Amino acid sequence: MLHAAFLMPLLPLAGFVVLLAVGRRVGDPWAGWIGTVAVAGSFAAACVTLIGLVHQPATARELTCSVSCGTGAASHAFFTWIPVGGLQVKAAILLDPLSMTMCVFVTGVSMLIHLYSIGYMQRDRDYSKFFVYLNLFVFSMLVLVLANNFLVTFVGWEGVGVCSYWLVSFWFHRDSAASAGKKAFIYNRVGDVGFLIAVFLIFSKTGTLTYLEVFAHRHLLAGGGAATAAVLLLFLAATGKSAQIPLFNWLPDAMEGPTPVSALIHAATMVTAGVYLLCRANPLLAMSSAGMWVIAVIGGVTAFVAATIACTQQDIKKGLAFSTVSQIGYMVLAVGTGAYVAAIFLMVAHAFYKGLLFLGAGSVIHGLEDEQDMKRMGALRRWMPWTFGTFLFAWLAIAAVPPFSGFWAKGDILSNVYAKNLPLYALALLTAFLTAYYMSRIFYLTFTGKARWQEPAPDGSPAHHKPHESPWVMRLPLVVLAFCAVFAGLIDLPWAHSVSLAAWLDPVFGNRLFDSHQSASVQIALAVADGVVAVAALLVAWGLWRRRVDRPELEPDFLQRVWYWDNLYDAVIGRPGQVMARTFATVVDARVIDGAVNGTAALVRSTAARVRRLQTGFVRNYVLGVALGLVAILVFMVSRSWS
Amino acid sequence: MSIGPAWYLGLAAVLFAIGAIGVLVRRNVLVMFMCIELMLNAANLTFVTFSRVLGDIGGQSLVFFVLVVAAAEVVVGLGIVVAIFRRRKSTTADDLHVLKG
Repeated sequence: MLHAAFLMPLLPLAGFVVLLAVGRRVGDPWAGWIGTVAVAGSFAAACVTLIGLVHQPATARELTCSVSCGTGAASHAFFTWIPVGGLQVKAAILLDPLSMTMCVFVTGVSMLIHLYSIGYMQRDRDYSKFFVYLNLFVFSMLVLVLANNFLVTFVGWEGVGVCSYWLVSFWFHRDSAASAGKKAFIYNRVGDVGFLIAVFLIFSKTGTLTYLEVFAHRHLLAGGGAATAAVLLLFLAATGKSAQIPLFNWLPDAMEGPTPVSALIHAATMVTAGVYLLCRANPLLAMSSAGMWVIAVIGGVTAFVAATIACTQQDIKKGLAFSTVSQIGYMVLAVGTGAYVAAIFLMVAHAFYKGLLFLGAGSVIHGLEDEQDMKRMGALRRWMPWTFGTFLFAWLAIAAVPPFSGFWAKGDILSNVYAKNLPLYALALLTAFLTAYYMSRIFYLTFTGKARWQEPAPDGSPAHHKPHESPWVMRLPLVVLAFCAVFAGLIDLPWAHSVSLAAWLDPVFGNRLFDSHQSASVQIALAVADGVVAVAALLVAWGLWRRRVDRPELEPDFLQRVWYWDNLYDAVIGRPGQVMARTFATVVDARVIDGAVNGTAALVRSTAARVRRLQTGFVRNYVLGVALGLVAILVFMVSRSWS
Repeated sequence: MSIGPAWYLGLAAVLFAIGAIGVLVRRNVLVMFMCIELMLNAANLTFVTFSRVLGDIGGQSLVFFVLVVAAAEVVVGLGIVVAIFRRRKSTTADDLHVLKG
């Protein structure tokens, strides 16, 4: 059954190729169905592989991979990609509980979002191209997740990056979309540099790039700060991909892409790749406590900063985007405390409820004909009951209200952080309050209150038509995701020890997993605290936002403009860069480089102007020259022979 | 008084000088051609003289090469002169200074 693993990446690749060839011809909606079926096949293959892996004994599950899915050494890999001396990079896949967990939810959520896109992208000019990119994205993501070495992971890493770029700027005729795509790409490049240098460092120390071999020889990285350097460089890569401080502000801009893209790439899957990479490299992380601290602090601070910003956004998608940054901050915080299972748990739960939130937002935007401003929504529960109902569950899940999935996942992280470090716990708990608050704000502004879309906007744009509920291809994914968002908590309940995510992932993390050693009473107290905070935030938001739309005192400019983060980068990097470029253009290029070229030309021309006088055009002058030359040669020879 | 090799060499030198001065001072292309022939034949005379003095037949055989080359040169040269004459109605070398720098 593990052979099915090879189908996982290959089916989306096949879908990509087929769509590339015939997508434009089959068009709307069949191109969408081709893409959806390819990813659905991939999901089925993932499920089959998962069952196969579950049936392996727990010890063999430890990073089994190729051994059990091939008959001999040759079938371990698709092919050897780079055979260069000591560097043998195989395009091989690694099947272990971690990669399988990722695969199942990635393919599952992808399948649902493909289905949703069939409805959402209807009548788009580049309908088939959208699914071409989407299938390529799923393929790249699976390559990233399944790779058995750093380099193939990097291929997938870049693949999802470029798909993200294409999809963010999918409506490239809009200036904002085009520049948002560039911003996303450039921020990611900064992180990718970290990834590459980390890979070089690891290879130079251990002589291999395959995960299992690197981890087996990780003692070679000890000493001289090599392990810390590698961890921090990998974390730099993660901050780029997973939108953490200092590289987080590309993600809100990435909301310029179509909403299914925001749901799939910028909420559920790609942005969690950084967290996945850190989890994958957990044996290296365990060697550097300094690195772990940096990760934990950055994660906690990002979660808090992004949550404060999310409280003030007007654009529904931007609000959700900052929420995503904040939630990934939680995951990174969990990784930093060594609570990898909690990070993965929140990643899965987050994929469900944040994917659902985005799809719900997309449904609202679709229903209101591309209105994204929450201040122009309101009272939509009467017109969009399905969207409202599913959004409700997602809201309760992300707000961590018991017993929905977010409560268990976030609780897991919070209790681990509590055991590790109290100030960080306080920050995380405050963030939990803010999370519940801003999500409630979004929910109330969108679905309750007055129907503000009926009135013309303050800026003069006319009132909207009556919103319509979305077609079934869009409603079905909402319902399925809502089900998952409610019940995803079941995969790792705190009192279930043998059948849980923690037990399943034990072969990957082993004793490197942080064990909080908390008594049941402490855990219950923490859980109660989480629940109370969440409910309190819900009530506070209810009081504040149920009836009113404008509360300038709660939406300070400082927060709306992302703590002036973009302005900071503009002042520190953007402006000096421009000044430098201008200096180079006007001084170095115009004077020095052009000067050298023009100077050479002028020198040649002036010399030639003088020398050309020799060329009189009279034959006798030339002959005289020849005769004089002859005389000179003769005189020279004669004088030599006499002396 | 016998006529020794020095006489021949002297004659050759005189012929060469006449040819060289002719090329330098005359304007008519045909006359310049004749002067060139004069110089070539001065060289031939020198070859034959030394061949005789040194008893080496190589010098005389080289003369044939010079004659052949001179004949070929005249063919090409007169061809050019005729072509120029057709266009310009003159054979004055100084009129042809298109290559002037």
